[in-house]
Amino acid sequence: MINLRDKGAELWESWNRPKRTVFVLALIAFVMFLPFLGNFSFTSILDTPIASYQDVLVYPIGMFVLMGLGLNIVVGKSGLLDLGYVAFFAIGAYTQAILGTRTHLNAWEILPIGMGLAMLSGVLLGLPTLRLRGDYLAIVTLGFGEIVRIVTLNISITGGTNGIARIPSPPAVAGLKFDIMHPVNYFWLVFAMILLVIWMIRRLSVRRPGRAWEAIRQDEDVAMLMGIPTLRYKIWSFSIGAAVGGAAGVIYAAKVLVIAPQMFTFNVSVLILSCIVFGGMGNMWGVVFGGIILAYLPERIRFITNARQLVFGITLVAIMNIRPDGLLPRKKREKLKAKKDAQNV
Amino acid sequence: MNFSVLTSQFWSLCLSGLSLGLIYVLISLGYTMVYGVLRLINFANSEIFMVGTFATVWVETGLTGHTNDSQPLHGFQLIWTLSLALVIAMIASGLTAVAVEFLAYRRLRARGTNRLASLISAIGMSIVLSESARILSHSRPQASPRLMEKTSFGQVAGANFRIDTVLVIISAILMFFVLDRFVNKSRLGKAIRAVSMSEENSKLMGINLNRVISITFLIGGLMTGAASFFFMTVYETTKFNVGFSLGLAAFTAAVLGGIGNLRGAFFGGIALGLLETMSAAVLGSQWKSVTVFVVLVLVLLVRPNGIFGEAIQQTRV
Repeated sequence: MINLRDKGAELWESWNRPKRTVFVLALIAFVMFLPFLGNFSFTSILDTPIASYQDVLVYPIGMFVLMGLGLNIVVGKSGLLDLGYVAFFAIGAYTQAILGTRTHLNAWEILPIGMGLAMLSGVLLGLPTLRLRGDYLAIVTLGFGEIVRIVTLNISITGGTNGIARIPSPPAVAGLKFDIMHPVNYFWLVFAMILLVIWMIRRLSVRRPGRAWEAIRQDEDVAMLMGIPTLRYKIWSFSIGAAVGGAAGVIYAAKVLVIAPQMFTFNVSVLILSCIVFGGMGNMWGVVFGGIILAYLPERIRFITNARQLVFGITLVAIMNIRPDGLLPRKKREKLKAKKDAQNV
Repeated sequence: MNFSVLTSQFWSLCLSGLSLGLIYVLISLGYTMVYGVLRLINFANSEIFMVGTFATVWVETGLTGHTNDSQPLHGFQLIWTLSLALVIAMIASGLTAVAVEFLAYRRLRARGTNRLASLISAIGMSIVLSESARILSHSRPQASPRLMEKTSFGQVAGANFRIDTVLVIISAILMFFVLDRFVNKSRLGKAIRAVSMSEENSKLMGINLNRVISITFLIGGLMTGAASFFFMTVYETTKFNVGFSLGLAAFTAAVLGGIGNLRGAFFGGIALGLLETMSAAVLGSQWKSVTVFVVLVLVLLVRPNGIFGEAIQQTRV
């Protein structure tokens, strides 16, 4: 069996800078062109039945990739199991909904506020709980996700079960209109955010925080003994992940115009986590890949409406059994790099 | 906020909290047993519970042919039907648990992969189970017929000792006691404890690891199945997603008491049941899970391994 991921990594390592630049630009151009592929006859296989293909590209696909990358900082990079990531998404979405309908701030101005609030809640949750380890952290974060949902269900400012309707669309930027008629622009926006997050993660991974997270993930006690302020870095990882979730939430609320508590259930957290593990934990490209597949698959097979989730569950079990490290695991790339280093010495 | 109910209905709340808490105890045994040997959260346990409730309904309607408006049974027939329902619910849940272990965990364990992979595959199994139940039941809630007349033994200090509450309390305590004896005294129980202390060493001591793990899942499933029967006796209705909230509560109970620890699960479950009932009475039932989680965070702040948990070795993703 040809090993695609090793081949891909090998190819990438062998390229020089211009080659890589051309490849990345071509990839970006291809992704930007994706929304139109549903229209051509030979690529219409991509088109999703029932749901509009261009909308599907924004939510779930784009949003899942974005949130997967955000959660990957927490789970994949620093090894903290967070089962309540949807809470930050919800906080972002409700910030946009409440401020958008009650004040005259527009979505671009709310975006930093939403990210800030999500970060703040990440810090507030993290301070007491990040001292805990492993599964205890998992259950507390899970509980936090549920608490946010229950609070939005039961207080008046969030509209209870009905949620909040008539959320204003963001104003146009550089001639790109953001409204119901232009899902493609939203897709490009989300794509730009994804690129930004990827760039941020790449920068962070090679610097002090990235190394600290890696050390914490591998062995927290040793990391602490080596003088890494582990709690501080864990809170940083938590709040940066939260900020990405909050940003996704703000854009999501602005796109769908109506939000309600049932959009922010535990299932969303599980799905995002599945994207990470499915694609290959800690590996950014794996997460992107996993997010695309797990978000796209249920939409593509929507014609088997009733058994859709069932097939999804079976796929999860099957893939995890066949490829426990995910589709593009981190291990392989590290192995390859080690081999290369050994050759150079 | 209505604090006066705490004084006026204290004993009544205690009683209903105790019966709910004991149902949590039985479910959380499913989590805690598996956690003990594998150090993994068995996410499918909530669906194992759901399977048990559906099995109970099936026995009471499909197998013995009672309908929702049939007359309550008496005497021997009542005992026979209920025991049959209990046994079949336990067997159904137990077998489901073993199947979950076989399909979702075994292969991954043999390959020695990271814990998250098992977690996701267990989540996959739970999606499969709940979706199958949803499709089979057409998303409709299933009600079990009231086979047992819910007579009361009388009131003590305002607490109504209804027959189903008493049944749950007595049988759950009995079951827990039997399980506790089994794990602490029997040869197999010794093997289970050995595996939970060290997988490597117990393998060296000649313990058949796969068999012990399967049996642990089976026991956890049997207990969860018993919980589902008692749940159906008291609350009488189920749905394909019934497991989610109960499973979450039971898992919280296990963590509260110290996960991996049988007695911790027992006291954690009772504490959680009381807490939920009291907070539902004071703050309104919509806030009960919020209270529970706030208390959980506070407890973990003071005792990071749960109330009864011994220091569990560092667990990592």
